[in-house]
Amino acid sequence: MVPELGHFALILALAITLVQAVLPLAGSFTGNRTWMAMARPLAWGQLTFTSIAFGCLLLAFLTDDFSVIYVASNSNTLMPLIYKISAVWGAHEGSLLLWALMLAAWGAAVAAYSKNLPLPMVARVLAVMGMVAIGFLLFMLLTSNPFERIYPAPLEGRDLNPLLQDPGLAIHPPMLYMGYVGFSVAFAFAIAALLGGKLDAAWARWSRPWTAIAWVFLTIGIALGSWWSYYELGWGGWWFWDPVENASFMPWLVGTALIHSLAVTEKRAAFKSWTVLLAISAFSLSLLGTFLVRSGVLTSVHAFATDPARGSFILLFLCVVIGGSLALYAWRAADISGGGRFDLLSRESFLLINNLLFTALTILVLFGTLAPLIYEAAGWGKISVGFPWFNKMFVALSPLLVLATGIGPNTRWKHDEPARLLRALWLAAGLGIAAFLLVSWPGFSARDIGVGVGIGMSLWLVVTHLASLRDRLKHKGGLRALRRDINPSSRSYYGMQLAHLGLAVFIVGVTMVSNDGVETDVRMSPGDVHVHEASGYRFQFNGVTAVPGPNYRAQRGEFVVYDGEREIAVLHPEKRHYLSGGMPMTEAAIDAGLLRDIYISLGEPIGSSGDWALRLYYKPYVRWIWLGAILMALGATVSASDRRYRSVRNRAPAPAGAAEAVA
Amino acid sequence: MKPRQKRLLFVALAIVGVGTAATLALTALNSNISYFFSPTQVLANEAPQDRVFRLGGLVTEGSIQRQDDGLTVHFDVTDNAETVTVAYTGILPDLFSEGQGVVTKGRLGPDGVFYADEVLAKHDESYMPPEVESTLKTAQADGVSDTAETAGVSN
Repeated sequence: MVPELGHFALILALAITLVQAVLPLAGSFTGNRTWMAMARPLAWGQLTFTSIAFGCLLLAFLTDDFSVIYVASNSNTLMPLIYKISAVWGAHEGSLLLWALMLAAWGAAVAAYSKNLPLPMVARVLAVMGMVAIGFLLFMLLTSNPFERIYPAPLEGRDLNPLLQDPGLAIHPPMLYMGYVGFSVAFAFAIAALLGGKLDAAWARWSRPWTAIAWVFLTIGIALGSWWSYYELGWGGWWFWDPVENASFMPWLVGTALIHSLAVTEKRAAFKSWTVLLAISAFSLSLLGTFLVRSGVLTSVHAFATDPARGSFILLFLCVVIGGSLALYAWRAADISGGGRFDLLSRESFLLINNLLFTALTILVLFGTLAPLIYEAAGWGKISVGFPWFNKMFVALSPLLVLATGIGPNTRWKHDEPARLLRALWLAAGLGIAAFLLVSWPGFSARDIGVGVGIGMSLWLVVTHLASLRDRLKHKGGLRALRRDINPSSRSYYGMQLAHLGLAVFIVGVTMVSNDGVETDVRMSPGDVHVHEASGYRFQFNGVTAVPGPNYRAQRGEFVVYDGEREIAVLHPEKRHYLSGGMPMTEAAIDAGLLRDIYISLGEPIGSSGDWALRLYYKPYVRWIWLGAILMALGATVSASDRRYRSVRNRAPAPAGAAEAVA
Repeated sequence: MKPRQKRLLFVALAIVGVGTAATLALTALNSNISYFFSPTQVLANEAPQDRVFRLGGLVTEGSIQRQDDGLTVHFDVTDNAETVTVAYTGILPDLFSEGQGVVTKGRLGPDGVFYADEVLAKHDESYMPPEVESTLKTAQADGVSDTAETAGVSN
């Protein structure tokens, strides 16, 4: 009964969404205020029925209703409660439902927090979001119904993929999807503005907080995924350039460019058509990511759905969305160009450099991800692109990016004097170079130069941003005014500071763990001691014993780690065999610290005397990678809460589209 | 500078930048891609001797031999027509086992042994690397394979 109710709710949601996509839009062109006013209640209706559907699926999982195929293939009576919940989005159908739910939630959020927006704008934005929702609801109902029944119902479910039975992965997909779907708001704003034919500073100001919040979710989602793969996959990597990771990284890169470009559009009314293009790209890449993941076209860890009908549907949907919005863009873009002029040496220029670099990085990732497909389609053979290529590309471009990130905030809008800029930046440049020399001296080996560049870049970022802060406070009474200056109307500035500090922290993490990390695979007998020469840590192996778990049996190793003579940790890595069968799982044991992680995972038993193949890793500063991501997310959150974005009315000129609505 | 000149300069810089980046990226790509070959292709000398490539197929039953002294392991990879021996030093992935599909990455030694520095087995037991799947299909279609053990490949 409950699953049918869910199915029915989904159909009702589709019906509501169809109205939402048509009526308010038509109203916005004919000036029918009643039709336009329908947008908000319809968005709430969409959320209500999608929530009911989601609730029904959740209930099916909680009550172990194995007559539902999706539940039977992804759950199990033995599973702990939290994983029964996260199993709802553990596979294809449910994750789509989650996607639809989030889209509805974003729509409702727009409906709730758009009091300052002119009605035609709200109507158009929600109509566009309704169109996107139609695509997803249709996709679900036609090809991937999560409520499909099976008869006779099996007595026991198949269990959730053990890899996914982890707290990190329980919240990773929702975060990522919030980000993906969140870009639909920026997309809807852009399309709405194109439809209305009016792109101005007010439009950018409305879009900014939405884009920033979506970006925050995406950042956290990606960071969680990285953290998860670090401790769960058992070999201590934090990024693999796996196609699915790339699929989430591309919208992030474009989203980052979009955030910066929106700043220019808001402050200087420049880059308008470019900003619109970025908003379209960010969402299109989110959809492309879904296509790549869900169609299973790429060889990948995540390719668990392989069904041509689904693939073709998403591909078609993708073509309609991208093709349609680009056609609209081509038709309207001519009307929206222009905007503030700026000199070569101006903040606009540096934000433009930022945009170009992020676009270049996106294209590189896209190319590297699709290259195997291109090669195969062209008959040039079956290739794979090694991750060293991606690393090289990023290592080559990031210094430029960091350089621009340091200069940008210190530059004046519109026009700046080289002499003034030089005065503002010489200290940061000097310190950065000094740090580089200090670290690289006197060896200048590849490692030394790598670390030197990384540390130099981080210091450069920190000092340039302090210089920017000093400049900002100069006329307000110096550093003592800092307290007073941190107020709700300056949050976008301090958010920027925080996010860029996050970048500096991230760079330190990546630099140190890539250059100074020690990864040794060894074979040890119980009682053996292994010494890491570089880090000075000693690992004593005390053997492996069998331990039972709730729905698995584990082999648990014991290690005592010494720093010199001092015992610093006792670690218990595990190898788990789930009762539902399938593959064994490696649970790494980690002694985490701000300055270093010690990471041990069990490989496999060798011989009959209790020997094991083991991974003993030393990961300096690895936490800084995720700490940096957290700071970036925090910065964008602070920035999005700036009061200026909420009190729009006071400063906004005549609302977009209002004139024609009245006419 | 006039706005028009400025815009031209921007465009010129962008084109030069993109051009350089694209050239460098493609050059680097060329040295970082690895082609896929099946054991049959390797024995037919189609695979390169001097560069890294990927070799894939099924791990032959009973062929895994661990060297007693350390972490080196030898196993045979087959496409049900031909077989190549692979040597690998390190820890094998959880899913690596006899009869399973595997993709290895490394170089072919002069002794005909494939020295792998990476072994990929996917994190799902019902998953077959697409290259391996098509390799097995080819071998079957050619009539070289007379075993029925590829039944599991279709899923």
